[in-house]
Amino acid sequence: MKAKVYVNLKSGVLDPQGKAIHHSVELLGFAGIADVRQGKYFEIALDSSMDAKQATESVERMAREVLSNPIIEDYRVEIEA
Amino acid sequence: MKFGVIVFPGSNCDHDAYHVISKHVGQPVDFIWHRDTDLSTYDAVIIPGGFSYGDYLRAGALARFSPVMNSVKKFAESGRFVLGICNGFQILCEAGLLPGALIRNRNLHFICEHVLVRVETSDSPFTNELQSGSVLRIPIAHAEGNYVCDDSALEQLQEEERIVFRYCDRDGNVTDAANPNGSRDNIAGICNSERNVLGLMPHPERACEDLLGSSDGRDIFRSLAATLAAAV
Repeated sequence: MKAKVYVNLKSGVLDPQGKAIHHSVELLGFAGIADVRQGKYFEIALDSSMDAKQATESVERMAREVLSNPIIEDYRVEIEA
Repeated sequence: MKFGVIVFPGSNCDHDAYHVISKHVGQPVDFIWHRDTDLSTYDAVIIPGGFSYGDYLRAGALARFSPVMNSVKKFAESGRFVLGICNGFQILCEAGLLPGALIRNRNLHFICEHVLVRVETSDSPFTNELQSGSVLRIPIAHAEGNYVCDDSALEQLQEEERIVFRYCDRDGNVTDAANPNGSRDNIAGICNSERNVLGLMPHPERACEDLLGSSDGRDIFRSLAATLAAAV
């Protein structure tokens, strides 16, 4: 099993890195870009000791308590068989 | 009174803090390795600046899980004093000992320069030797010093007069132009409700010698020493 965790800044939290990337891709000629937000992506390989439900609970907690800072970030967890 | 300076892998202002306490405050001080958990002999601990754990994940995020941090939490709950400088401030926020978070500077730059901060309250163990409204010249050196918090947290900080330092101009005016990193409400430093935990982005330990451009930071350490002396 594999867990994928996506962490993004909450909407409303300034993302200067996203803004700089936005500016750069426009300079490179990419048109039609309304906004860029930069986030983080984690791939977590899970061994066979947990079932899907336990894995979801465990990774959700990891995402909430470690991988994201709830004051500024949101997260999303996906579990793949 | 005895001070401790906590050392994480990647701390780099630990020796500066040690120097200030031993030379300018003239009190005993130890380095405390982040795996140590016994803080029973200390009256105040300093969480110094640097790049603990390489700032991986988020600045201060991994240091919070070091064994010593559980002890720091209990130390703070017991009413003893915790001073977090720069990366130390980031760690205190990540650990939930102070509200809010520190994100990337609004201009993306790592900023290393002397800035001016206004002392917003002398009602703290860290500023009781200073005049409220006075302006200190202290260096900053950070990429993630942009203080953010939600509206209710800001309101609470303001109402309880827990904003201890604000970025300001030469005349002490708190303006956007004087805000180096985009911090909400020009916040440079805050304390907890009990006022025994202070976090600030500027480096007072680097502003304790005239030779280094400013000695305005000394009074912060001297305030803390005066607080401890009065408590004995």
